[in-house]
Amino acid sequence: MAVLTRTPASQSGRSLSTWFRSGGLSSIVFALPLVLTFLYFSWGPIVRGLVLSFQKNNLVTTPEWVGWSNFSYVLTDPQLPQATQNTLYFALLALIFGFPVPLFLAVFISELRSTGWLYNVLSYLPAVVPPVVAILLWKIFYDPGTSGLFNSVLGWFGIGPFAWLNSPDLAMPAIVLEATWAGAGATAIIYLAALTGVRNELYEAAELDGAGIWRRVWHVTIPQIRGIILIMMLLQLIGTFQVFTEPFLFTGGGPDNATTTILLLIYRYAFINGDFGAATALSVLLALVLCVLSVVYHFLTRRWSTT
Amino acid sequence: MTSLPIIEEQVATTPEEAAPATTRKRRTAEPQERGIISHADRRRPLVQYGLPVIEVLLFIGVVVAGVGPLLWLLKSGLSTSQDILRGPMQLWPSGIQWQNIPNAWNQVQIGSYLGNTAIIAIGSLISTLFVCTTGAFVLSVLRPKWGPVITGAVLATLFLPGVISLVPLYLTILKMPVLGFNLQNTFWAVWLPQAAGAFNILVMKRYFDAIPRELIEAARIDGASNLRLFTALILPMSKPIIGVVALLTVIGSWKDYLWPLLVLPDPKMQPISVALPRVAQTTEISLQMSALFLAVLIPVVLFLVFQKQFLRGVGMSGGIKE
Repeated sequence: MAVLTRTPASQSGRSLSTWFRSGGLSSIVFALPLVLTFLYFSWGPIVRGLVLSFQKNNLVTTPEWVGWSNFSYVLTDPQLPQATQNTLYFALLALIFGFPVPLFLAVFISELRSTGWLYNVLSYLPAVVPPVVAILLWKIFYDPGTSGLFNSVLGWFGIGPFAWLNSPDLAMPAIVLEATWAGAGATAIIYLAALTGVRNELYEAAELDGAGIWRRVWHVTIPQIRGIILIMMLLQLIGTFQVFTEPFLFTGGGPDNATTTILLLIYRYAFINGDFGAATALSVLLALVLCVLSVVYHFLTRRWSTT
Repeated sequence: MTSLPIIEEQVATTPEEAAPATTRKRRTAEPQERGIISHADRRRPLVQYGLPVIEVLLFIGVVVAGVGPLLWLLKSGLSTSQDILRGPMQLWPSGIQWQNIPNAWNQVQIGSYLGNTAIIAIGSLISTLFVCTTGAFVLSVLRPKWGPVITGAVLATLFLPGVISLVPLYLTILKMPVLGFNLQNTFWAVWLPQAAGAFNILVMKRYFDAIPRELIEAARIDGASNLRLFTALILPMSKPIIGVVALLTVIGSWKDYLWPLLVLPDPKMQPISVALPRVAQTTEISLQMSALFLAVLIPVVLFLVFQKQFLRGVGMSGGIKE
């Protein structure tokens, strides 16, 4: 706000009136909605988060400064290693399941001349299903009994039955499978938009040099869109590190804490234990890790993406 | 930086941005143009017969993944609980239970939850569009001295992970700083934070930036005030991008779960996403399925009607991200 008020106040009366007549006031009026909403709901909370992580705050007693104790409490919580491991496991699985599928889909759809839009629409359908509906539906698909949907389909081939969400080993892959189903379409569309920018002359040149179809995909298509591939990978990593709805609704973190992610821990600290200081401390730590990850990722891939 | 051309190409619906638009037009005008696979390749037997096979297999895969669950949901929504539990893969239920739909509507009160969802979506839409069009107008057209500071501050929030502000945002809603009142259990708690999205503002600003300055100068010389410039020139010229932002906002708020769960604990105000998991614990499975079906119907229909704008919007959102 200081920036806004200084402009008129620091000038003399005459320039104030020219400033007023040239529309200086109206730019402030037009900027007000943006500045206010961001102050209240974006910039404010970010700063407040940093402050809160050094305070003890349970909404009942007045907040008091406690230094680093929230951080040490969070970092020594015996649940943290398990939650970190689960989150990393989720991210890894999501990368393995969810990375090649949309890329393959996009490259293939871009080769279809007349029917491409149909594949497009169909593969994007899961992304418009609200996540909650999708999760409740998949929960029924994952019914552990022999008459559950997945178990009965696998039963036709003599496989299973599996316990799915009730099994500590299978719960996480099951959740990732649903998340991939829900997200693949949207990612494919983004790759497709990038693929329209690849010039056909490059394929012609590669063909003249004797490159087959696979080598053209590998040496022309992929390098041409690697910028967007790298960004989507990073965004996916950042997204999966903050996964909440799927484990929360599928398993609530169980069985045996096998699907407790870091965001689930934050939720428990804040909204079950009422310890807002610890919750923000863990949020700040996670955000810090993600920022460091982004920077490291940027430097690691910079050389590769600019050549 | 490699992503920038994509945005321009997608946003280039203004006639002046001719260069990227022509490349796209050329592509759609001549469908016979080659891609990775050339015409010579298409005549090779392996490709000639292999490609359709992959095409069909992939089509089956996409249909099973995309339409399958929805059809299953429709079937289950019209079956008895027994049918759903005993034979989930039966093609035809033992009898169609049409009364499931009105039962779900009345007993589960899907109607009122859908109403709440619509109120939340429309309110978020209005607040988002209001904030991002006025904001982008200042930053892109009026360009005051302090504009770049605001742009930088908005851009910076895009790089910070959302998790950092979840809890403090909740505390802000419980007691608004300076103003001192509690927004919990009011729709404002969902409408207002939605508007503070950096992505929408930057997309909008980028679009406004592409509007030729000569047009704006001409309007100014004709004596148009800033308000008139905004309502009579900038807004009408930006209909395509406003449509894209509107669609993405509506679908986003329709899908939201955690935030409305936190700030709307009163069941009377909850949107369908928040209500369904709670209701699911106490409702028999057939009614649950018809409730899920009703919840999914509107976004799917919206998507099928506006699929073109949708897919363009999503493709664009990939371009702008960093």
